[in-house]
Amino acid sequence: MKKKPVAVTLNHNPLLKRELPVWRSRVVLVGLLGCSVALVARAAWLQGFNNEFLQAKGESRYARSLEVPATRGRITDRNGDVLAMSTPVRSVWAIPSDARLSPADARALAGLLGMDVADLNDRLGSARDFVYLRRQLAPEVAEKVAALKLPGIHLQQEYRRYYPAGETTAHILGFTGVEDRGQEGIELAYDRVLTGASGSRRVIKDRRGQIVEDVESIRPPRDGEDLALSIDSKIQYLAYSALREAMHKHKAKAGAVLVLDAQTGEVLALANAPTYNPNNRANLTGAQLRNRVITDSFEPGSTLKPFVAALAIERGKVTAATQIDTGEGRMNIGRNTIHDTSRHGLINVAEIVQKSSNVGTVKIAMDFPPQELWTFYDALGFGAQLGLDFPGEAAGRLRPASTWRPIEQATMSYGHGLSVTLIQLARAYLAFARDGDLLPVSLVRKDGLPRAGKRVLSVQTAREMRAILEMAAGPGGTAPKAQIPGYRVAGKTGTAHKLENGRYTNKYVSSFVGFAPVSAPRLVVAVMIDEPVSGQHYGGAVAAPVFARITASALRALGVAPDAPLQPLQLARPATADAAARDREAM
Amino acid sequence: MIRLDAFIIALVVASALGVVAAQHQARKLFSELEREQARARGLEVEWGQLQLEQSTWAAHGRVERMAHEVLGLRPPASGQVIVVEPRR
Repeated sequence: MKKKPVAVTLNHNPLLKRELPVWRSRVVLVGLLGCSVALVARAAWLQGFNNEFLQAKGESRYARSLEVPATRGRITDRNGDVLAMSTPVRSVWAIPSDARLSPADARALAGLLGMDVADLNDRLGSARDFVYLRRQLAPEVAEKVAALKLPGIHLQQEYRRYYPAGETTAHILGFTGVEDRGQEGIELAYDRVLTGASGSRRVIKDRRGQIVEDVESIRPPRDGEDLALSIDSKIQYLAYSALREAMHKHKAKAGAVLVLDAQTGEVLALANAPTYNPNNRANLTGAQLRNRVITDSFEPGSTLKPFVAALAIERGKVTAATQIDTGEGRMNIGRNTIHDTSRHGLINVAEIVQKSSNVGTVKIAMDFPPQELWTFYDALGFGAQLGLDFPGEAAGRLRPASTWRPIEQATMSYGHGLSVTLIQLARAYLAFARDGDLLPVSLVRKDGLPRAGKRVLSVQTAREMRAILEMAAGPGGTAPKAQIPGYRVAGKTGTAHKLENGRYTNKYVSSFVGFAPVSAPRLVVAVMIDEPVSGQHYGGAVAAPVFARITASALRALGVAPDAPLQPLQLARPATADAAARDREAM
Repeated sequence: MIRLDAFIIALVVASALGVVAAQHQARKLFSELEREQARARGLEVEWGQLQLEQSTWAAHGRVERMAHEVLGLRPPASGQVIVVEPRR
């Protein structure tokens, strides 16, 4: 190959022969170097020193932080039957500006949500960015809503609390709000235990939205703890239905029933009327929410008399057989006169309680200095909260002894001038039912052996009082209607005038507190009926039959052995039934 | 020398493929685990709902009504009860 003559070669380029100033190449070199240094510095800055922003951006392409919901704990009765439970529901919400629904779609959606089409369109026409269309929808319905795939309509998971026993257990359980936080009753008192803490975790999601990797668990979820109450749902139902029937029969304004286990101090049933259905949030207001057993106090009336008698027997001032003259059933103290409902004449201490003589009780009570009576009432738990941790628990009212005038000391002995809650009263009767010691009451189930209580009476006095109270609930007493077939019962009636604006009115609170079986008390049952208007108002006629009904079925439900012969009940021939019972005990 | 290099390169490639396969396997298993956990949650929810349903059906009020109205049961009269006591 012949070599071509080359006119211009690289080395002989005439342009190169020109001398260029050296600074020009330096400028280029420095410029290029400077640029690359700037790039390296920027890269180092972004990757080494200030890398959070880009890392976060990158991570947000694949990593998601997910909320892991925790459920609220269940509430069960003492046998594990569910009384309250949260279950997931869906709420339907919309972004109105995105929700452009065809009339057919709107009709379908309104039908599923159980709303008017007009109402639905109204809400979707709202100017807000976020509207709830329907909260707490059943999951099956929610799935149908999701299947419509409507634009701008979204679902959100929530929990809703259900109370299978409904109105029966309403007052003890209380209820939760829409956010599943407790607002009343046990739900509020034990809110911290029942509420769980939702957790969260970071995951990597793939293109199809499936989770492919757990990056870290930021917080594990903690489910709320389950709570076992001391309530026995069977006895609770019995108590509630007996109370409801009595309310209906006597057209009473309100009523309350409390059943205590005499062996452990646990509350087996706590029923109130009027009541409400906690599953329906529409009408959760007003008097029906009141828990009259714990949060309301009342003047107990004659149900307090046995305590005065017990104190007198305990201190040796009287015995059950000590005769006291109640005269014509009138007694003057200062300018006031105390009356009995009928004339009893010369009767003994047992009969004073049995026949509920005000005059006799006052005569016993006036033998004590006020401080001694006050100390005894205080030891029984009157005038102070029982420490149940129940929201709104009332303390009742027991004024300091130094402020008592003689007439007040007199009326307090038969239950006027001081106020107690039904649960305080029932607990005080534990002293009679338990050979003189008082246990703390409990709304939650207590496992293991009951603690020893606080002794307020001697065993001997408590037994004597049991015999006296059995007479009071017997044929010659004020509450023969408290009798139940097969079991010996004891208890005391109360009929108190209601205090309104500082004056006693002709409205009454009828009550009965008793226990059974007398040979080995198992239950203490307290009944309070507020303002019975239809016919009778005496505790023996209004409250005692409720006691009898509840106690009879509750003892049967608990399988307590009868301690009296199971003959047809004969109220007409009291002597034989009584004698039979006594013979049996002697055997 | 070249042989050793080739061998090591082959090892590296094989191990890289192994990593890919293992990662894939791990993700598959993980998504299966996720599915099962979701199923477990679903079953738990269903269990809760069934418990609620059971309590509703077994409510004492309903049992009493059924016993009275459908089965015609009633509490025994006091004369009809015989108490059996253990011999002492």
